[in-house]
Amino acid sequence: MHEVKTKPAPLSKRDFISNQEVRWCPGCGDYAILSQVQKIMPELGVPRENIVIISGIGCSSRFPYYINTYGFHGIHGRATALASGIKLTNPDLSVWVVTGDGDGLAIGGNHMIHLLRRNLDINILLFNNEIYGLTKGQYSPTSELGKVTKSSPFGSIDYPFNPPQLALGAAGTFIARGIDREQKHLQGLLKHAHTHTGTAFVEIYQNCLIFNNGVFSHLTEKEVKAENVLVLEHGKPMIFGKNEDKGLRLNGSHLEVIRLDGKTSHDHVLIHDETNKIQALLLSELTYLKEFPTPIGVFYHQDVETYDHMMIKQIDYAREQKGEGSIKALFHEGYTWTV
Amino acid sequence: MAEDQHNISKTTEEVEVVTIRFAGDSGDGMQLTGSQFTNNTAIVGNDLSTFPDYPSEIRAPAGSLAGVSSFQIQFGSQNIYTPGDTLDVLVAMNPAALKVHLKDLKINGLLLLNSVNYTPRNYKLAGWESNPLEDKTLKDYRVAEVNMSELVANSVKDLNLSPKVINRSANMFALGFLYYMYDRNLDSTIDFITNKFGKYPDLAEANRRSLKAGYNYAHTIKVIRTNYRIPKAKFKKGTYRNIMGNQAVSFGLVAAAKKAGLELFYGGYPITPASDILHYLSGFKNFGVKTFQAEDEIAGVMSTIGAAYAGDLAITATSGPGMALKTEALGLAVSVELPMVIINVQRGGPSTGLPTKTEQSDLFQAVLGRNGEAPIPVVAAQTPAHCFDAAYEACRIALEHMLPVILLSDGYLGNGSEPWRIPDYDKLPDITTHKKTNSEDFLPYRHDEKTLARPWVVPGTPNMEYRVGGLEKSEGTGNVNYTPENHQLMTELRQRKLDIIAESLPPVVPFGHTSGELLVLGWGSTFGAIRTAVENALAKDLSVAHVQLTHLNPFPNDLEKILNSFKKILIPELNMGQLQTLIQGKFVVRTEGLHKVMGVPFTQSDIYNKMIEMLKGQA
Repeated sequence: MHEVKTKPAPLSKRDFISNQEVRWCPGCGDYAILSQVQKIMPELGVPRENIVIISGIGCSSRFPYYINTYGFHGIHGRATALASGIKLTNPDLSVWVVTGDGDGLAIGGNHMIHLLRRNLDINILLFNNEIYGLTKGQYSPTSELGKVTKSSPFGSIDYPFNPPQLALGAAGTFIARGIDREQKHLQGLLKHAHTHTGTAFVEIYQNCLIFNNGVFSHLTEKEVKAENVLVLEHGKPMIFGKNEDKGLRLNGSHLEVIRLDGKTSHDHVLIHDETNKIQALLLSELTYLKEFPTPIGVFYHQDVETYDHMMIKQIDYAREQKGEGSIKALFHEGYTWTV
Repeated sequence: MAEDQHNISKTTEEVEVVTIRFAGDSGDGMQLTGSQFTNNTAIVGNDLSTFPDYPSEIRAPAGSLAGVSSFQIQFGSQNIYTPGDTLDVLVAMNPAALKVHLKDLKINGLLLLNSVNYTPRNYKLAGWESNPLEDKTLKDYRVAEVNMSELVANSVKDLNLSPKVINRSANMFALGFLYYMYDRNLDSTIDFITNKFGKYPDLAEANRRSLKAGYNYAHTIKVIRTNYRIPKAKFKKGTYRNIMGNQAVSFGLVAAAKKAGLELFYGGYPITPASDILHYLSGFKNFGVKTFQAEDEIAGVMSTIGAAYAGDLAITATSGPGMALKTEALGLAVSVELPMVIINVQRGGPSTGLPTKTEQSDLFQAVLGRNGEAPIPVVAAQTPAHCFDAAYEACRIALEHMLPVILLSDGYLGNGSEPWRIPDYDKLPDITTHKKTNSEDFLPYRHDEKTLARPWVVPGTPNMEYRVGGLEKSEGTGNVNYTPENHQLMTELRQRKLDIIAESLPPVVPFGHTSGELLVLGWGSTFGAIRTAVENALAKDLSVAHVQLTHLNPFPNDLEKILNSFKKILIPELNMGQLQTLIQGKFVVRTEGLHKVMGVPFTQSDIYNKMIEMLKGQA
């Protein structure tokens, strides 16, 4: 007997490009992110029909139209809630939420924290450009204090959210940060987020060319980025700088930058442990501190049973205990009488 | 005393219809007492209708007017459509209950009081200026002033129970008292007590003895000279059970899902008086029902839209304030043309309003309350048992036409109960869906000619990946399209779906005359009061008829002809005239409204008196 195995042709990036014209501003950071997502999708081992991309409202939320998978462009702030219903209805789907700092942290902040605490197996990509783009330039919940925008001509008096810290506080089980321009790094993060069973929260710094250009340039420009970015890798020392000459050390309950100039040994440098929540909290604290590098990579990663898994288990258990539900028995339960 | 008691000769009399009300403090167990009496009434074979009325505070200050909780039941040997207007018996466990409810007791009606609670402090709390037991307040009633707590205490002396526990059992005394009055068997309640307090044998014993003490006491006192027997009601052939409205809704949903071959998803946020739907469905896990208690009303409806997209029969339920929060999402549901049912168990508004009281004031919200042209079919339940049919019908319309449907119930229906003729599941109408897995000629927004449904292709289906959203779409491809002609086309298409639904509705058959002087047109939970009033008018040979609408959007196509067949039209509503406005906006007719917004249903006499007034105007 001959054994014939037919294998579908492997998918490529092209299979994930939809027939819709992309309508972001030329030069927008969203293009780079879209491209990385389209690149990694064929490598996930998930049939294309099992991938669903959900968004709310905002520039980033046009994302589903541009990827040739199932997609749903919802309403402002509610993508996470929409995604929850989809995942619970069909837990086999690979569900991705694409949102922004306004959509996900302002109008959708409530749904965001509740998805994180419930830990459904959903990936959240939060494009953070620290500004409102689609409404043309108002400050967002991640804009810095004092930011001058259309709606804050005298400077914003809103303290910003610290996204990884918010996600940690909401009991998130996978918290990471990437940058639109760091394409290879971002691809790795996206794949890692996909393999995490539970809610994966990936903040992606994204440049808005029109309303907030250059807000992350200290993290993206060749000459300076090495001094300002700390790339977190599990099990590796937290070292940064063009010459790998700086590291992070724990001093009491605070982090401090140390120079690795021969006098100070590498042994003092903190080793990144993505399962250590306290360390993740300390790292998230660096988000807005100018004297520290900005961490990117996985801050925190812990496997915790998912809501969707527990729901299936509970339904199975109920069926085991009570038997498959019978409509007739349900109608006739309790006292009945016949005329 | 004892001698005197034994000399009383008792008789049993047959009566047709009785209305009783249990009233007391929130902590007195009146809802439980009422539901026990209800079950017992069902067993006897009487028709019945109930009305639980309770405060929104979980434990309002003891003895206060705000804390009064009551349960009313009308039962009888004839068709019972309402919980009754005036009371044959009022149980008033404290002076506050007496203050709130005495006005509804019939002259010469029986008043049963727990005298232990009739203290100067409680009179003051309830706002009685003088002692009603001593002044002339109660002169027109038969009064059984009984120290229930003391009698219960005597019967459980050997059990060493705290006064608090003893006082808590007084409701069973009152129940036993009424069981004697209506010639009942105690078994159903004794079984209930034994089950409920199984772990606490002393408590169970105290409740059983209290029940029997009440029964025996009623037998011995002078004021009860007669007890009453109500013959069995003449029900249509079938098997019956008692059912509450919210329970019937959840049964209807489970049945519709099964019939359509779908799993049921419920996403919602707790809100009075709709929460019981979530409670029932969360117990149906062995039917594969998924319930998701969301973080808020918006997440409730959004998860429901997600579930609809992914292929479940998707449901959310709420009450008025929650409906307001869901409004934006309903527009999305219209735009993406996905099947789901949104249930509004209405309560008094505006804002937080009267959370535990009933009203019909969300009709405009259901029919009109969205941005843009966003037509949604609206179905209304009429009685607790009809909640089953209405829920089933709402699911059928949603699935067969691929659109969201709003089901209106209200607090009175949701918590009220009546006998339900259990339907044969196999004979329920079939429900077909528009699920599609064949990619040939697939276009996500190509509409079926007959139903105007678009294909229901769910994620996970190979080779049919498509994107959908709240932006205007091209007919056919579903691609984003802002062109003027396309928006006109799509807006008209969404409206035409409703026009097509109207064509498929069953004919409207007026009850009573098919033409004549006065048509009473109602919707929703006013059914019982209107039907009783119209029956009474017909019995007097008056030229009247009754139509109760189940479908409020679209209206049935034959409604206009019926409206034009009567000289006058009365539209009674528990709002300020919302159906009336919609009717007059759609049809060229003059109507008269009757508006009650007191948090309680119409009585039949509210309606009857208005009918007579209008008919007199005719002459």
